[in-house]
Amino acid sequence: MTFYGKDISGLHADLVAKKVSATELTKAAFDRIQATDDQVQAFLALNKEAALKQAAELDQAGIAADQLLAGIPLAIKDNIVTKGLTTTAASKILENFKPVYDATVVEKLNKAGAITVGKVNLDEFAMGSSTENSAFQTTKNPWDLTRVPGGSSGGSAAAVAAGDVLGALGSDTGGSIRMPASFTGTVGMKPTYGRVSRWGLIAFASSFDQIGWLTQTVKDNAILMSAIAGLDERDMTSANQMVPDFAAGLNDQADIKGMKIAVPREYMEGVDDDVREVIENSLKHLESLGATIDEVSLPHTKYGVPAYYILASSEASSNLQRFDGIRYGFRADDVKNLEDVYVKTRSQGFGDEVKRRIMLGTFSLSAGFYDAYFNKAAKVRRLIAQDFDKVFKDYDLIVGPTGTSTAFKIGAEIADPKQMYFNDVLTVTLNMAGLPGMSIPAGFSKDNKMPVGLQLIGKRFDEATIYKAGYVFEQTTDFHKQTPELG
Amino acid sequence: MAEQLDRQQVEHVADLAKLSFTDAELAKFTPQLEEIVGLFNDLAEVDTTGVEPMTTPTTEVNVMREDVAVQSSDEERKALLDNAPETANGLIKVPAIIDESEDGEE
Amino acid sequence: MNFETTIGLEVHVELKTNSKIFSPSPVNFGAAPNANTNVIDWGYPGVLPSINKGVVRDGIMAALALHANVTKKMHFDRKNYFYPDNPKAYQITQSETPIAHDGWVEIEVDGKKKKIGIKEMHIEEDAGKNTHTGSHSYVDLNRQGTPLIEIVSKADIASPEEAVAYLEALRQRIQFTGISDVKMEEGSMRVDTNISVRPYGSDQYGTKTEMKNINSFNFVKNALNFEADRHQKVLMAGGEIVQETRRYDEATKGTVAMRTKEGSDDYRYFPEPDLPPLIVDDAWIEEIRSQMPEMPGERRRRYVNDLGLTDYDAMVLTQTKEMADFFEAAVKDGGDAKKVANYLMNDVNSYLNNQHVDLQDTKLTPANLAGMIKLIDDGTISSKMAKKVFKGILAGEEPAAFAKANGLVQLSDPAELQPIIDAILDDNQQSIEDFKNGKDRAFGFLIGQIMKKTQGKANPKVVNQLLSKSLNER
Repeated sequence: MTFYGKDISGLHADLVAKKVSATELTKAAFDRIQATDDQVQAFLALNKEAALKQAAELDQAGIAADQLLAGIPLAIKDNIVTKGLTTTAASKILENFKPVYDATVVEKLNKAGAITVGKVNLDEFAMGSSTENSAFQTTKNPWDLTRVPGGSSGGSAAAVAAGDVLGALGSDTGGSIRMPASFTGTVGMKPTYGRVSRWGLIAFASSFDQIGWLTQTVKDNAILMSAIAGLDERDMTSANQMVPDFAAGLNDQADIKGMKIAVPREYMEGVDDDVREVIENSLKHLESLGATIDEVSLPHTKYGVPAYYILASSEASSNLQRFDGIRYGFRADDVKNLEDVYVKTRSQGFGDEVKRRIMLGTFSLSAGFYDAYFNKAAKVRRLIAQDFDKVFKDYDLIVGPTGTSTAFKIGAEIADPKQMYFNDVLTVTLNMAGLPGMSIPAGFSKDNKMPVGLQLIGKRFDEATIYKAGYVFEQTTDFHKQTPELG
Repeated sequence: MAEQLDRQQVEHVADLAKLSFTDAELAKFTPQLEEIVGLFNDLAEVDTTGVEPMTTPTTEVNVMREDVAVQSSDEERKALLDNAPETANGLIKVPAIIDESEDGEE
Repeated sequence: MNFETTIGLEVHVELKTNSKIFSPSPVNFGAAPNANTNVIDWGYPGVLPSINKGVVRDGIMAALALHANVTKKMHFDRKNYFYPDNPKAYQITQSETPIAHDGWVEIEVDGKKKKIGIKEMHIEEDAGKNTHTGSHSYVDLNRQGTPLIEIVSKADIASPEEAVAYLEALRQRIQFTGISDVKMEEGSMRVDTNISVRPYGSDQYGTKTEMKNINSFNFVKNALNFEADRHQKVLMAGGEIVQETRRYDEATKGTVAMRTKEGSDDYRYFPEPDLPPLIVDDAWIEEIRSQMPEMPGERRRRYVNDLGLTDYDAMVLTQTKEMADFFEAAVKDGGDAKKVANYLMNDVNSYLNNQHVDLQDTKLTPANLAGMIKLIDDGTISSKMAKKVFKGILAGEEPAAFAKANGLVQLSDPAELQPIIDAILDDNQQSIEDFKNGKDRAFGFLIGQIMKKTQGKANPKVVNQLLSKSLNER
């Protein structure tokens, strides 16, 4: 049994009716991982014993109609802490690290009865766009094992695309959920900044980071959002906003007639031809469903990448200082004094990309450079946010490609960090402004048959409109029904 | 703006960040960082006159916790100490601190 | 050459809130190592800080007590540096937007009053504590996250004497708000100094030297005197002052340069992204103002105007909040204000000085002090007996019960005293005659005999009356 073609609502109905047991679903997940993960290498740790025990308990107690996620197998990105279950952020500096508490999102999933089957790979500390920056393994794209799954939530995307699990938690600091979703033909949501508690998310850039999730379908995605979002007193940046039942309106009554959609011209420039063709078809399709499509301008888009890399790296340089070999995690062996503990631990414990970001951030904040770099970038950030505000005065949704290309070959860009950074050009600006965005499958490249993602960008805290448009698009296309051939 | 990162600067920044690089690594990183900082310098062309810096997208204000103490459990304290590379008598152990000057708020 | 000295002081005051500034761990002393810590205090991966409302409130109260302007919109900043007692390798503090700015306190040195300006005040977290053996250091994170207010003076301080007067004024006002114990010896008040010296008339400041964490007012004075002197000597000899951090050495009463690492003081401040900004509205400021305890000046005025104390007495009693609170409680318990004041300023103060203890660490209570004074006033005990009763109340005894149990009660009942007087007179006919012949000394002799007979317990006032009457009747 695979999870292709299945969804949470359907499996939930079967679980309640006892047509299938949580134990069977959990075993199916582990069987599928066994069959595919030697190739895909999405998982860093499996939680088999605890997951099967939890499933058996659920089966014993019976699953009620309101326990929508009970017995549903999910995977968790390995930068989200799980009590007692090794959490590494794909870094040597946290190799074998056992957290002593659960992230808020993990607490919520546990309470809902979801089954955590394991922890999935990422670019070290979520810094990267390909998952090649993991200290432990390179995750492959299930559609083509010679290609990257995108990053940094590449393990999450690959696990969903491989049919291992129904959904996976990820995190998105500059595109780290949407980009892998685009590359793997999955649905990936980055909610509004503040929608989801960051308590227990190992911080990369605190004012950009947001936990989100990847699924096979839009409705599954909405179900996860309602279960996970909400105010958390442990995260003071989490928003005091109502969390609606996002899946409630996603049925055959849903339509997007009259929805006002903006397409930024800057988003269609510099995009590969095969991607542009798919996106143009998607726009035509949205129009055919009754939406109005207008071209608009987000003039500061091209400054998004430099401003983002200054600000996110600055925050990262500070956030990652706690990894010093003193209280937890890796400590270098050959240390003679305190300075050695710091320098050797950090130099041996962090990978190249993490070091580059720490260096860039430390530089941008250092004496004499703060105004020209950090502060300047923070001003540009406001201009970028204001660009969006202006468009959203007149439009319900902004739509465009998620990435400028389809999944690239493993090894193609890893030696050129600057080129790698430009993969994020269409995704980072949302994190700058704190806006929600979702990538949905929009079709396949005619050149390499790889999936292409359509990015739907909403107003702050208006994920509902994104879900509605995504759902209607999905239900009137069949891209999400196609699956890679694996194992 | 238009700052260039030279090797000496890279070494100074590495020192602040408690990182060390071999000569081979410096030879690789310096031009990479230089190129990226060159990209950062593109921001100089943006007119930001009168623009307030934006350092967070949050619109929350005045989020505060009531002053109520919560004592952690012995179990939590033990788990924390167990994770430390070296401890002694409930304290975290490190090689001797010799530089007095960095004793921040002490 | 004549020189003028410029001193700036940075004072850290530990707040006595229930919980830490950015974590709910308790704030208290003497806990087992790392017992008052949680994942936040350890800077664990994934943790986030949360602002303690009580700290912001206390910060605003301190601002009001120091006549400072509260910043209406503020945020926190990160100060980045690596140190074992600094688990996140950054301290959450305030740099761009201090909680308050432009305050002042008044000092008096050599009879001259002067206002010393306060540049700004920050709320921030304290670090943990390191202890050292030869080859290793040990970290206790109990203190990590303890709330601090940092109070930065303007460069208005012109002498070590003014510096100490400023510190005393600061301590007094903060102490009266009740937000901190402000005890140097316990580390709840810590002082960093900077000092520079320049020739009179020079339009620019001399090079500064800094000293950190000096832990008594005396040491502050000694250290600043030494530095002022050293600066002058160096300058007179044509030398240059090196900008550096120095340490005060108690043994030599001098200062020595500390080992410093070059370029290590680039703290890379930037706004703390984990904490949303605070906007303080006037309503909150006024609410806190209404909760502000009376400051020493207001109390002094009340003691003079309403209770009839002298200015000097009122000043002595308001040196510390404990003393002033004690005084007021004893008066409320019925003690005569002037007499309570005298006891506190003399007997109690000398006891505290001899024993090196604080008032609140003794067993003396306002009710017992007031009770003893009432016993003196109503003649139950003599002032001589009071000396012994005072020892009793210092030990926590209730004065009336203690006096009774120890036989420290005056004989005042005429029915008891008259037979004793009669017997003494019967035995001393000569004295009666001397008295009648105008020899006053005889009266004194007879009183002495009566006191002897009663082992000194007779109430002199009553004895006097009864003896006069009896002599007249003979």
